[in-house]
Amino acid sequence: MFDFALMAEKVMQFRTQIAEAVGETFLMVGISVAAAVLLGLPLGTMLFLTAKGQLYENRTWSALLNGFVNVVRSFPFLLLVVFMIPLTRLLVGTAIGTLAASVPLGVVSIAIYARQVEQSLVEVPRGVVGAALSMGASKLEVVMKFLYVEARSGLVLGLTTSTISFISYSTVMGVVGGGGVGDFAIRYGYQRFETELMAAVIVLMIVLVQLIQFAGSRISRWLDKR
Amino acid sequence: MISLHKVSKSYGSGTGGFKAVDRVSLTVRGGTIHGIIGPSGAGKSTLLRMMNLLEPPDEGGVVALGQDLTALPEAKLRIARRSIGMVFQQFHLLHNRTVSGNVAVPLELAGTGRTQRRERVLECLRFVGLEDKADQYPARLSGGQKQRVAIARALAHRPAVLLCDEPTSSLDPDTTSEILAVLRHINTTLGVTIVIVTHEMEVVKELCHEVSVMERGRLVDGFALPRRTPAESSRPKLSYREQLLGEGGEAHV
Repeated sequence: MFDFALMAEKVMQFRTQIAEAVGETFLMVGISVAAAVLLGLPLGTMLFLTAKGQLYENRTWSALLNGFVNVVRSFPFLLLVVFMIPLTRLLVGTAIGTLAASVPLGVVSIAIYARQVEQSLVEVPRGVVGAALSMGASKLEVVMKFLYVEARSGLVLGLTTSTISFISYSTVMGVVGGGGVGDFAIRYGYQRFETELMAAVIVLMIVLVQLIQFAGSRISRWLDKR
Repeated sequence: MISLHKVSKSYGSGTGGFKAVDRVSLTVRGGTIHGIIGPSGAGKSTLLRMMNLLEPPDEGGVVALGQDLTALPEAKLRIARRSIGMVFQQFHLLHNRTVSGNVAVPLELAGTGRTQRRERVLECLRFVGLEDKADQYPARLSGGQKQRVAIARALAHRPAVLLCDEPTSSLDPDTTSEILAVLRHINTTLGVTIVIVTHEMEVVKELCHEVSVMERGRLVDGFALPRRTPAESSRPKLSYREQLLGEGGEAHV
């Protein structure tokens, strides 16, 4: 029923396009992961710290940050992409292409990972903060030398889950010319009836996700000495 | 050494508010082991946490080691806290760092150099008898060992005072006496003043020189305990049978 020889042949025939699409996916997901770590981690930390009873308890900031994260996450993703076009133009000069697609992806990534970070920090036993302060730690030191140390395996696991979501989000970026493997599978596999090609891309994605989850779980377990 | 002057602390506000500590004045004399005892919810822990301003009082003053802590700016308060060690019922060790890593934390915060740090960590671990566990993670230790690591960590800065918040309440009786022996040793050999909050009468009897009694946020009594003779403290430990039936208990199984 399913012709594996034909599939291999199709993959060979389109290998340059596939390689290009994989490159685009890596670029989009790479930028998303970078945004998640550089901005999502601090945002998630502030979500945690401004909550009631925490070091920087502040109702206004807490409401603002929560509001931002919830608004970004409640958009149907494609609408967010469209909605953000003016901002994307401002930032990268164009609203189409892989780089332009990375802007809304990056924004969603920050919001998604921020929640994961908050979740991991909540799980650190409360007394650790008191112990840290009793040793004369500053608030920044409490975060860097106590909270992140105790939450590190959760932070890695959260980033793993988030990265897999980013890959999934990146597959619809064809609408703004972002390319990537998802777009390739739809244009070549689905719209041109190259079912084998579509199947091959799906297999590729499955393998990719498995690898990321495997690596993330491994690193997380290695970091967890609790 | 430490004096609290009419300190109060409430949680919540209005009619739902709850006064955890109500105008308490208390002086802990240098070199003593001072017990704070009372039923749960009496405000003992809150009172203890005021001594290093982990709980800032709503009103009243806290003077520790000659400094008015309530008047200090944050940076100076953090330095003052280095001279006031603290240990907790749940130990609060970093589980992702080794035993020596945990003891090193306060020194890292103070910017102590690597070689000096390593020496001091070993010194502290030797003091509590755990130098052989230096490279293990806390998850592998027993409760008593974890508490000894926490004590070593609190000693790293050579504090003048050690605040102990129910340090033995999650330990079994044998381990409790082991920890109390360490605390007594710290008091006699290093001259560290100890303030200990507990609801266990035995702990107070065995360890404390002076006692304050708290009830519903108020200090209701305070007195000195007679110094125990060494003979008493080196009395052989009783078995469970002897503890339950009295020495030379008659009953057979």
